[in-house]
Amino acid sequence: MTASLRLVLVWAALMGLLALTIGASFLPLGPVLPVISYAIAAAKAGLVLWFFMELREEGGLARLAGMAGFIWLAFLLTLLAADLTTR
Amino acid sequence: MSRRTSQDAIPDTREERASYLNAGQGLGSWLLTHDHKRIALLYLISITFFFAVAGCAAALIRADLLTPEADLLSNEGYNRAFSLHGIIMVWFFLIPSIPNVFGNFLIPLMIGARDVAFPRLNLASWYIFMAGGLLTLAIVVMGGVDTGWTFYTPYSSTYSNAYVIGALAAVFISGFSSILTGLNFIVTVHKCRAPGMTWGRLPLFVWSHYATSVIFVLATPVLSITLLLVALERIFGVGIFDPALGGDPLLFQHLFWFYSHPAVYIMVLPAMGVVTELITAAAHKRVFGYWFIAGSSIAIAVIGFLVWGHHMFVAGQSPYASAVFSFLSIVVAVPSAIKVYNWTATLHKGEILLDGPFLFALAFIGLFVVGGLTGLMLAMLAIDVHVHDTYFVVAHFHYIMVGGTVSAFFGALHYWWPKITGRLHSDLWSRVSAILIFGGFNMTFFPQFLLGYEGMPRRYHVYDPSFQVLNVMSSVGASILGLGYLLPLTYLLWSLRYGKPAGPNPWGATGLEWSVASPPPKHNFETIPLVATGPYRYPLEADAPDEGEGEKEAERV
Repeated sequence: MTASLRLVLVWAALMGLLALTIGASFLPLGPVLPVISYAIAAAKAGLVLWFFMELREEGGLARLAGMAGFIWLAFLLTLLAADLTTR
Repeated sequence: MSRRTSQDAIPDTREERASYLNAGQGLGSWLLTHDHKRIALLYLISITFFFAVAGCAAALIRADLLTPEADLLSNEGYNRAFSLHGIIMVWFFLIPSIPNVFGNFLIPLMIGARDVAFPRLNLASWYIFMAGGLLTLAIVVMGGVDTGWTFYTPYSSTYSNAYVIGALAAVFISGFSSILTGLNFIVTVHKCRAPGMTWGRLPLFVWSHYATSVIFVLATPVLSITLLLVALERIFGVGIFDPALGGDPLLFQHLFWFYSHPAVYIMVLPAMGVVTELITAAAHKRVFGYWFIAGSSIAIAVIGFLVWGHHMFVAGQSPYASAVFSFLSIVVAVPSAIKVYNWTATLHKGEILLDGPFLFALAFIGLFVVGGLTGLMLAMLAIDVHVHDTYFVVAHFHYIMVGGTVSAFFGALHYWWPKITGRLHSDLWSRVSAILIFGGFNMTFFPQFLLGYEGMPRRYHVYDPSFQVLNVMSSVGASILGLGYLLPLTYLLWSLRYGKPAGPNPWGATGLEWSVASPPPKHNFETIPLVATGPYRYPLEADAPDEGEGEKEAERV
């Protein structure tokens, strides 16, 4: 697979996930909807990191550094939720 | 100086010796330099200036608090004085102090590199820092800001009539300087280490700066966005924090402290790195528990991000969240305690010399322990409810941020001064100054623990007369502390002209920075060193096996 074809396929996958997000918003999913939306967003972020940011070609340390921002964001959101959901 | 090698008996020919100090002439050679050492000096001069400005604000505050009445500053003036003091001390002195001065100067030297990974970015970082600092000073000249350094909403976003947007912009700008410096250090440590300088051979000063850089890069953007959101709400009325507009009033505190609590570790982690170097050099002994100290730096950097809610125990945060944050705040004390135990274990059976830098390091340990233990008290929900927003909290964080970080800053300044300037300073006067600072500091801030425990709120300048004795003690202590801070300015500047020239290694210490001339040449090393051993291999422990990679000892570095 050529590099250009790979990028196009990843882009198509991202567009597909976007369509999935929009489609899910029209379904009567109730409180499950945000969970699905965040899961799709995480999958999109993963694709960007792995292919567009070329982390798949890097070693473990660079991958860890690339993920650090997301890990820290998870810290922020988890502990924020610990307050917001139990007030 | 107490411990010198025979190399120090060198003739006074500094003018002829080529070094980074005389590698270029004129102001332009400094303002456009890419040399990490010169940029470090630019930071040193800048932060000394900001330290003096914020110190003047502190002097005003302490003078006003000499009496229970508001007889020096108006209410508005007092608010602006403590806001100015906090904003400048935190963002324009404490945060850049050790990383941007000593980190910049020493990291390339310690890892055997000729410069940081991105020298131009390094200079850009200083210009951005100065832009933020000068904007803050402009705000002061225009009338100042009265929100405190914490910019709490809704006061900052809705009610304050001061120059809040300008102050937010200044801090926002300076944040980019922190991010760029952190990024530079991370890449430098990853990519610019000399051959053989494995992670296990890095000086612990470098480890602590690496951990600090992670915080710089990951926490500062959150602060920047938060300040931007305050500006959006204040200027455009976008509902983010104001419940009347659909916002969450606690969201600001969550976001602000997500940065600002780790910011305390930005201040104290580099100080811990400095103290490790000072302790091992003074004890002339290999450090106890290298990997525990290195690992505890990383642990502090990670766990330090999980404790911010302890600032919000009485702010309306849920009791469940408060319990979680209380537990995590106690957990973060563990890696800090590891460091303290390891420093004291390093001193055990060492060849200790009570020189100036060592006294500063001792002052750090003592004051940090008091600050840390009172921090544990504040992490307990019940105690925090009692002393929240009192002088107990003020005393606690000053023990960490001033007693700890500033003591380490002065320790670093004295220890690496011969390397930076090529001149030896007076050891007697450095010891006097360390003792003055330690005594003055305790006299200033210990009474504040008592004031807070008895119920004196922070940020008040009219108080119950029964609190006056302790307030007078605190103000007298501040005068002694001020003298202690001024003293080094005189004898260090004096040493620039009259101090004896320093050899490469006046302390007889290990480390690559001591293997080059004092002051170092422009590009640090004529040939990049080949590192074959771990750090801190002092003669006392010369026969011990290598803690690093297990290779044979070739040459002490």
